[in-house]
Amino acid sequence: MVLFGITLNIFSSERFPPPQFESGYVRPEYTVPMPRGGVWPLIDAIVLLSALGIASWLVHKKRSRRALFGLMVFSLAYFGFYRKGCVCSIGSIQDMSLFLFNKDYVVPLLTVFFFIAPLVFTLLFGRSFCAGVCPLGAVQDITLIKPVKVPVWLEHTLRYLAYVYLALAVWLAVMGSAFVICKYDPYVAIFRRNGNLDILIMGGILLVIGFFIGRPYCRFLCPYGVILRQLSRLSRWRVRITPTDCNQCRLCEEACPYGAIRPPVHEWPEASYANDKKRLALFLILLPFIIAIGAWTGNSIAPSVSRTHPAVALAERIWMEENQQAEGTTDASQYFRSSGETIGSLYKRAAVIRAGFEKGGWFFGGFLGFILGGKLILLSLRPRQRDYEAERAGCVSCGRCFRYCPKEQEKIEETGGLSSR
Amino acid sequence: MENYNDKRKSRREFLRDALRGASLVAIGGVIGVGWYRGHTATYAWQIDPYKCTTCGNCETACVLEESAVKCVHSYEMCGYCKICFGFFEPQPNAINEGGENQICPMGAIKRNFVEDPYYEYTIDESLCTGCAKCVKTCAGFGNGSLHMQVRHDRCVNCNNCAIALVCPSDAFKRVPVNSPYLFKNGGKA
Repeated sequence: MVLFGITLNIFSSERFPPPQFESGYVRPEYTVPMPRGGVWPLIDAIVLLSALGIASWLVHKKRSRRALFGLMVFSLAYFGFYRKGCVCSIGSIQDMSLFLFNKDYVVPLLTVFFFIAPLVFTLLFGRSFCAGVCPLGAVQDITLIKPVKVPVWLEHTLRYLAYVYLALAVWLAVMGSAFVICKYDPYVAIFRRNGNLDILIMGGILLVIGFFIGRPYCRFLCPYGVILRQLSRLSRWRVRITPTDCNQCRLCEEACPYGAIRPPVHEWPEASYANDKKRLALFLILLPFIIAIGAWTGNSIAPSVSRTHPAVALAERIWMEENQQAEGTTDASQYFRSSGETIGSLYKRAAVIRAGFEKGGWFFGGFLGFILGGKLILLSLRPRQRDYEAERAGCVSCGRCFRYCPKEQEKIEETGGLSSR
Repeated sequence: MENYNDKRKSRREFLRDALRGASLVAIGGVIGVGWYRGHTATYAWQIDPYKCTTCGNCETACVLEESAVKCVHSYEMCGYCKICFGFFEPQPNAINEGGENQICPMGAIKRNFVEDPYYEYTIDESLCTGCAKCVKTCAGFGNGSLHMQVRHDRCVNCNNCAIALVCPSDAFKRVPVNSPYLFKNGGKA
């Protein structure tokens, strides 16, 4: 029996012919428990659509933070704890990227819906998805205990991380390496009440940071948030802090834990006008160069990034084994050697994938360069603004500022003292 | 000045309207591409048993505390051996159901006498942890009728299966949701 062990063959063979039974024994049936299918995807879609609708209505018409909070708790319970955080709009970016660039991958209809519905709602109503529907946003919004203001320069710098994350996630998803957004979702371990150590540590750290810095994932990491920010700039209706006219009392400025309320901006100060104009011109000229440097950098890191792809990693491992640079074998290399594929064909396969990564690297770096250059240009502009207003892009429609406005208080009293808001 | 500001504002509004329209058209385009490419697809994860290397990652990598992957048995392939390689330790003390004789650390495989000299082996899925120890020896020395499958009453169907990420042989694949099993020998179910 032990002698057999040397030639361990993982593939089956009929060493012992299946018997013909004489006692009338019947072989047991297979059990095939089916996945949660049928009407459930439809119910998920309806819940998402209703939550988006209710959130938008609460933000724009009802203007009630308390009701929004309730919706947040519901979304956290349903999309987070009940549906275990999957499928989610943030992760659907990867499915959509893979789908658009890979003919073999057909994305489930529900995933398409999770990707698109919040985008459409954001184009109409701003980021009501972030406010009341996203379970990740809800976790952070509910656990914000003592908000600390983040300096503007730090806010802008950290926000760049989200663009890097988005670009990287799309790059890796298109190449078929991994779905990093899902892999490193910091809150999914909370939803599942289970996870491996690195995610638990990361989730824990981010949760604690979130006690003091409002929605750290949404603001500085969320790749879907990056897309929603841009669409929110175009939204048909925007969040209004005051129900009537702003009387410049500045109370709301303190209310926003996300640094999204912008004070009035007046005419360009005479003293710095000439200098500022020169700076803007400089950044405009620099933009193509920043894009070019970014693209070049992206292309040059592509070979290292390509190692995230299992085929490239395997090819490297086999190469090392062949050239006596690595001892022993891994499960993957062992499987490869028994699979009958030639080493040449694996190398060829890996080379094609690596070339794809290099092509993607141009876009990855170019995009990040464009964002960096664009950010510098936008920061050197002075869009005039008369009143205290919620920044279109940064506002997550959480509804905290409504109650702070004295005009809102006046209105509440007029309409019969609905102080429950 | 007032007039100038109004004009600026309306220009900005116009630009915003135009871009919003363009975005909606783009979103519509994505839906169109999706519709064209096939829109009924829903997937579930499954293990190709002929690619599985019985590495044991299924037991530990699943996002569930108790893995969604279990050992299943293709009875048509089973030799119903009296001394089953998937059931007994390589050199058992005795040929009986004593725990010390079993390969399965959980005692999840049940051995029942059928007729001389045949024994039936069934799997108690509530005990199986998906460690693949029995699968390895059954495939190595026996008929390979024991193999791993994702059980869909347990699987939460993650967007990117955590086990698929670490599977050394690319055995995890997406299968249509209405026939989500890949039993060895085709499986009648």
